[in-house]
Amino acid sequence: MTHTPTIRRRPLLFRRLGDSLLSAFSLASIIVAVGSMAWILATVLIHGSAAIGADILFSPSKPYGEPGGGIANALLGSLFITLGAALLAVPPAMAAGIYLAEYGKGRRVADILRFCANVLMGLPSILVGLFVYVLIVMPAGHFSGLAGTVALAIIMFPVVMRTTEDMMAMVPDTMRESALALGMTRMRTILCIIARSSKNGLATGVLLSLARVSGETAPLLFTAMFADTWPTGFFREPVANIPVLITEYTTNSPFESMHALGWAAALVIAACVLLVNILTRIIFHEQKH
Amino acid sequence: MQRTDAIFKLACLLCACLAGLLMLGVLVQLSGHSLEAWQRFGLGFLWSCEWDPARELFGAWPNIVGTLLTTAVALCLAIPLSFVSALFVTETPGWISRPLSHAVDLLAAIPSVIYGMWGLFVLAPLMQEHVQPALAAIPGTAWLFGEDYNGFGFLTAGLILALMILPYMGAVMRDVLRMTPPMLREAAYGAGCTRLEATRDVVMRYGIRGITGGIFIGMGRALGETMAVLFVIGNIMELPEGLFSGGTTISATLANNFAESRGLEQSSLFALGLILLVMSIGIQAISRYYLHMTSARRGEKH
Repeated sequence: MTHTPTIRRRPLLFRRLGDSLLSAFSLASIIVAVGSMAWILATVLIHGSAAIGADILFSPSKPYGEPGGGIANALLGSLFITLGAALLAVPPAMAAGIYLAEYGKGRRVADILRFCANVLMGLPSILVGLFVYVLIVMPAGHFSGLAGTVALAIIMFPVVMRTTEDMMAMVPDTMRESALALGMTRMRTILCIIARSSKNGLATGVLLSLARVSGETAPLLFTAMFADTWPTGFFREPVANIPVLITEYTTNSPFESMHALGWAAALVIAACVLLVNILTRIIFHEQKH
Repeated sequence: MQRTDAIFKLACLLCACLAGLLMLGVLVQLSGHSLEAWQRFGLGFLWSCEWDPARELFGAWPNIVGTLLTTAVALCLAIPLSFVSALFVTETPGWISRPLSHAVDLLAAIPSVIYGMWGLFVLAPLMQEHVQPALAAIPGTAWLFGEDYNGFGFLTAGLILALMILPYMGAVMRDVLRMTPPMLREAAYGAGCTRLEATRDVVMRYGIRGITGGIFIGMGRALGETMAVLFVIGNIMELPEGLFSGGTTISATLANNFAESRGLEQSSLFALGLILLVMSIGIQAISRYYLHMTSARRGEKH
């Protein structure tokens, strides 16, 4: 029996209608997406700029309930924690990326490790907080800035590892071959030729991952915690930081002045993160062309 | 020379092994520290609704339901939105679509705590005054939304989560839509299909695996998100009556209770963490599987 196609006629009007509905819907959804981004940023900008000032940026926070105070100690603490995380995570993460890109081609170990890195990238960040709590806070007996640094470093590690791999894989094989043909060892080839020609991509990866972890809050809740002091006891005491300050001041406080401080802190962190994002995009985009 | 080379390779390998070590470490630690809770409550921990530190009774069910419900709401909103906005981006000329897709990507860069703040101060009052009364006025929806509303709850949390996962899912879907060979699409147009028909019957069928992978990536993000949910979920350890009622998720419970917990309660919280970890690893594995199936077509190397 031959297959007879069933002809299902639908009026052209209906098909056209469905088509224009799709167009309208897709336009509406992109407007929703971009519009909500603009809305969130505008909210932060309006509330934040109303609150922010030199007195807030340069004075430390006060204990709960006392009027006045600023976010300077939290800013400094965030800077310490985030930069410490970068120092801790970037060198081993790059080495790990080098292994995946240069030595691990087609090897089973590399595939498994790549899968692990992908899972780590998707790991809920609060679980990293739990992990570091058990690893550092419990044995030491106190919260510390160091624990926060380690937590952020663990979040950064897989991100930098995968970007390093992707960037190095983009370098053409002819570069590797010509370097090896000149008598360079593998190590020199990688460090002097391949890392150099992919250095823009590597820098972008590191900066973007830094921007990402600088806004991470959940892993800091039970590692760095919060304090109203300057971050002097980085290895022994809780350290003030911007994300936890925002959380504390907005959810646990009925005071308008603390909400205002929270908005100011949100403006600072959003401005930093978006600036890094946009700048790296522009710079990297220009160099690609 | 040869020796430094070998040492360098070994050092790189060791660093790469850190990734595996970290993953194993998280798994082992969460299992080890939750052992007490599992021994005490057994598997019944999963579907017990109690959470009473005074009587030392703990159960995970409201947390699991809350986590799944917020994720489901977020996915219901984000899947159609991300798919059609990806469609828009791939089918309009570059000078319009490029800035728009960059703008959507910036959504991913905003720290989640800012989403939470926005939800608390802007979205929740808006929901309470305008959206929820309007939804509650629709007859026959009481079973879905529940009776009472105060602006907080699963619907609000799901909305914020949908915005947060939109850029991740949108990016994957954009790649999937771009990978469809133009020939297939042109053939569909040539056969007289409209854009809707070409998309539905050709592009979606061709890229269904990649789209599924993208959905699972968004799902993984939504499951584990803490801060954005914490601000607007209401933080009540109860089974929800509907989408308007408050509740909690695994990560919100951890964020609220972990720092002050001791003994059996802490062990139960670790058990919650283990449940979340298992969910998240499972979803990652599924999404990797689907994306791996399409990776060759999307022009990736791995």
